[in-house]
Amino acid sequence: MRISFSPNEILETVRMVEDQNLDIRTITMGISLRDCAHSDAKTVQAKIYDKITRLAQDLVKAGEEIEAAYGIPVINKRISVTPISLVGESCDVYDYVGIAEALDRAAEEVGVNFIGGFSALVQKGFTRGDAALVEAIPEALSRTKLVCSSVNVASTKAGINMDAVLKMGEVVVETARLTAEQDGIGAAKLVVFCNVPEDNPFMAGAFHGVGEPECVLNVGVSGPGVVNRVVRANPNQDLGELANLIKQTAFKITRMGELVGRAASKRLGVPFGIVDLSLAPTPAVGDSVADILEGMGLAKCGTHGTTAALALLNDAVKKGGSMASSQVGGLSGAFIPVSEDAGMVSAVEAGALSLDKLEAMTCVCSVGLDMIALPGDTPTETVAGIIADEMAIGMINKKTTAVRVIPAPGKQAGDRVEFGGLLGGAPVIKVHPFSSAAFVRRGGRIPSPLQALTN
Amino acid sequence: MSALEKGGSRVIITVLGKDKVGIIAWISTLLARYNANILDISQTILQEFFTMIMVVDLAGANIEFKDLREELAGQGKMQEMKVTMQHEDVFHYMHRIEGGR
Repeated sequence: MRISFSPNEILETVRMVEDQNLDIRTITMGISLRDCAHSDAKTVQAKIYDKITRLAQDLVKAGEEIEAAYGIPVINKRISVTPISLVGESCDVYDYVGIAEALDRAAEEVGVNFIGGFSALVQKGFTRGDAALVEAIPEALSRTKLVCSSVNVASTKAGINMDAVLKMGEVVVETARLTAEQDGIGAAKLVVFCNVPEDNPFMAGAFHGVGEPECVLNVGVSGPGVVNRVVRANPNQDLGELANLIKQTAFKITRMGELVGRAASKRLGVPFGIVDLSLAPTPAVGDSVADILEGMGLAKCGTHGTTAALALLNDAVKKGGSMASSQVGGLSGAFIPVSEDAGMVSAVEAGALSLDKLEAMTCVCSVGLDMIALPGDTPTETVAGIIADEMAIGMINKKTTAVRVIPAPGKQAGDRVEFGGLLGGAPVIKVHPFSSAAFVRRGGRIPSPLQALTN
Repeated sequence: MSALEKGGSRVIITVLGKDKVGIIAWISTLLARYNANILDISQTILQEFFTMIMVVDLAGANIEFKDLREELAGQGKMQEMKVTMQHEDVFHYMHRIEGGR
């Protein structure tokens, strides 16, 4: 058996892992809880706990074995479940907080670091169960550690449910208030979506959609550090050539997701769902999407040209990644969270990156306004206005957008919040002082857009 | 080696560091102790570093993959060498379009 790789190829791979933070960000097991419905709330909780701990009992061990076998770090093992509004709706007396606590216990028992799916889809309106779940979110997120929540309030086909947008403005503020002693961390586990994907492995927005199989494994890759190195090693390439280099790099990164997904699927006897092609930053130095944009030639992320640079990056990642994987899904694009990205934090601190610019950037990349700390006294209607704008971008552009903002209790623009771990920390960003109240309080639905006349 | 997929028990070990006498003897002895079979070795100077790449078959090895990896990294450190070990499939997937085999 001769060595069939060149030394350069081998060293490239070794350096990606050793120096450039290449890792598998998450293996997420999707579990259907549709068969856990029951008229008695306690029975529902027991069925949920039993099913999750049975199906996911070997998930963490499998992740660790794969990490050891292939020498590729697998950072997170997670679980996503059927939107809980559906599962709890059959109860005679609703106890959604109790279900959240059952999810938390199950996640703790199997050793995963997050469980997503305390969710509802209300883009056209609320059922009784949806309304009860949304009402329970602040308490559920303040009484659990590992549970993540998401609510889809808009879609290209349905339009924007503005009653839900206003309600979520209130829920976000209340969730932050109930977790004030940790800078409002509860809101960091809550996402408001337009066009939510049903197979997303990333938190806090993961849930197991109703069209998904009984149990499935989805994989999220990472690797901003690897792309950053390639961009910075090629300062004289024109942008077409640079896009090509990023594509090749994205191919290699995504390949690792494909490898790990197949291995985990085989080991656990669970079908492999999708690889999510996202470039997911972490607070670690060198693992930043903002650094890549600056590496392309911008003095600071957020300045003029940032949206164009991000559009190039996002598209190249998708092109390279889609070739590398048999099934692609989830969010698939570059993430631009603030607190989880040291370069974004630095850009906000330097005054280069504003909320308005972040909103513009979400038009051309994955997800949306993510992990942004707002002043604690931001009115609920202003939070709702921020959500409405982001939903409109998703609806019109037929893409997923989301809002995960944290109105940090007691903090003002310029103060700093700390969430710790992968969630990082960030400066509180400035919001517009002018009220959106009369607009968002009109309620009703913004109609779905025409799919023709596309200018 | 239940941890490895597709029956493949081959790994690629890299040794990086300053060139000095006895590197190959040292790592060969270490691998022989665990009954790991060296199939091919290449060495070169890349970017001023001594770089050795080995294909090693662990089919008959008497040590777990994870433990060998830690042992190599730890022993390497004492020799002022950086030693990594990854499954061969990692390189197939990353550098060959038909990586899935």
